[in-house]
Amino acid sequence: MKLAYWPGCVSRGFTSELHGSMALVAERLGIELVELDRANCCGAGIIAEHNQELADTLNARTFALAQQTGLAMMNICSTCQGAQSECQQRLDADSSYRAHINEVLSGQGLSYEKGKDGFTNKNFLWLLVEDYGLDQLAEKVVRPLSGLRVGPFYGCYVVRPKERLGYDEFPERDLYLEKVIEALGGEVIEYDGARKCCGFPVITMNRETSLRQAGTHVGDALDAGADCLVTPCPLCHLNLDMQQPEAAKVVNRDLGLAVLHLPQLVGLALGAEPKQLGMSKHIASTGWVEERLASSVPA
Amino acid sequence: MASYTLKVRRYQPESGEGPYWEEFDVDLDPSLSVLDGILQAKDRDDGSLSVRCSCRAAICGSCGMKINGQSGLGCKTQIGEAHEAANRRNGGSEPIVVEPMGNMPVIKDLITDMESTHWEKIRRITPWLLPHGDPPEREYVVEPESMIDITQSMACIQCGACVSSCLSMEADPDFIGPAALAKAYRFVGDPRDGETVERLHDLANDPHGIYDCTHCFSCIDACPKGVAPMDQIMRLRRKAGEEGIEDVNNGDNHVNAFVKMIEKKGTNDEALLIQESYAPGVKGKLKPTKAAIKGLTESLPTVLRAIKTGKARSLSKLIPGIHPKLPDGAQDEVKAIYKHAEEHREEFNIYIKGEDDVEPEPDETATEEKV
Repeated sequence: MKLAYWPGCVSRGFTSELHGSMALVAERLGIELVELDRANCCGAGIIAEHNQELADTLNARTFALAQQTGLAMMNICSTCQGAQSECQQRLDADSSYRAHINEVLSGQGLSYEKGKDGFTNKNFLWLLVEDYGLDQLAEKVVRPLSGLRVGPFYGCYVVRPKERLGYDEFPERDLYLEKVIEALGGEVIEYDGARKCCGFPVITMNRETSLRQAGTHVGDALDAGADCLVTPCPLCHLNLDMQQPEAAKVVNRDLGLAVLHLPQLVGLALGAEPKQLGMSKHIASTGWVEERLASSVPA
Repeated sequence: MASYTLKVRRYQPESGEGPYWEEFDVDLDPSLSVLDGILQAKDRDDGSLSVRCSCRAAICGSCGMKINGQSGLGCKTQIGEAHEAANRRNGGSEPIVVEPMGNMPVIKDLITDMESTHWEKIRRITPWLLPHGDPPEREYVVEPESMIDITQSMACIQCGACVSSCLSMEADPDFIGPAALAKAYRFVGDPRDGETVERLHDLANDPHGIYDCTHCFSCIDACPKGVAPMDQIMRLRRKAGEEGIEDVNNGDNHVNAFVKMIEKKGTNDEALLIQESYAPGVKGKLKPTKAAIKGLTESLPTVLRAIKTGKARSLSKLIPGIHPKLPDGAQDEVKAIYKHAEEHREEFNIYIKGEDDVEPEPDETATEEKV
């Protein structure tokens, strides 16, 4: 399997452990990633808030770069997925609007063509279930995550709005994390916050609302008995992990719950060591997860 | 005809007891609604089961409720589909879970107090026209095209489903919320209104106003009328930005910092974003905003922790501006896009314009080979 790969900004910034673990996991899964190193930020919904046409053109450029490779496109960030899907929906809706956007791209030798070669842009989570396949994933597992109780945390941008995110065709996309956790041998923990908002988008504008959201979800997962959370969204990771000590102050309770990136959870089951997966960089200690796994014997 | 079980969250204030769950078995055609099921249970089993309803056709907006955790209208949700949704994960015979709307006090069973949370917030945004000058002798004359822009927010039937689903309001009950802010856009976008700028100032500077929305899309999925309240909130932010309103919440500064950063660097320069959000540099001189000192002080412990674990131990993550640009002329391509798009600023609204394109014919064999 060979893919055009858009890692996004945050995975190469404050969550660089995500970029590294994705590279490692791709290799072990036998997926070849062709990184779109000329592509630009998806705008995270913020550029669209300022100027919709600007966001649409920037993402049309990324899609055009991916189409040049002739490969399907993959991202590793819920926010990239949501922001790009929003622009793609507008671009795909109307041929004259698309032509207007392509005017400026044509000057750069680029063009976004709707449905060219069955073009798709999928988050690693979607790709893992829909294209790679859970059976094939399970076959690659060398250290089943037996006994590890994992709470899924999706991130809004891969869950809503359903009508825009392909749920007509793939109605179970908001159950995939559960399926992946089970395929890796882990135990799914059900708790209230799995499909709620981490609060990150308002961290600089309304810090208390933002941290209360993060703190509440982490607390609910702890109360439900989770050993860790797993998320396909690095921006959720920033609020749930990097801000966790601050969130604890707002919700006025002790937290301390490891939050793993999706490729890290997959990587552990594929036999990679926590350090290789950059888990020591996390703010909330992942020590408990390592202890749990150490007690399960590698197959 | 099929059999279903409804698990209803009940509350009877006169009993002096707290809320409790009760299951009702109902028999009806899968194409009938969850509301029909509730009314059958009320008719057959317990006349005290309370629900607010009227038209039963998604017009009046009375029967807002949560079905399997999803906010919407009881009359617009088919009971067969609700049963499937309840059994998506575990299969088998899980009941359909019915609860009163969220973010609102419950009066009795499925009836909520919309006055204190919904209507009070609607009144908060001054939901009537404030035209300037003397009224015309006869009616106001407006171009039909100029009203199209606000038809989406005018479609609201005040059912409160968006308020029920709002994840910001769950964390901050003072948030003005999706229904009221969508209504605010209905007046901000109306060409007859004379106080657009004042409205925007008011909503941007309220700490629980337009910059308190966490962009979670819940209201978009909850709305039975396609109003997409979050999209209307984003349009209010866009208009506030166009008016150059500097708000106490640092909302517009953050947007401007982000937009400029991508023009300069192509990808996120986190150190530059934090600095520019709080203290935008003007010709080399720092111009701290009102929120700057507080914001930077609050961020400090987080940054120090990140340095300690190695998350932020490279210079480009700590010093604003040294993050690299996109390679080999790609940054110039991004700049050219900015120039073009900032001149046009076209806004394409699918709700109004529809989708003219037919479905593409995906070449499935080709995809499979490549993937």
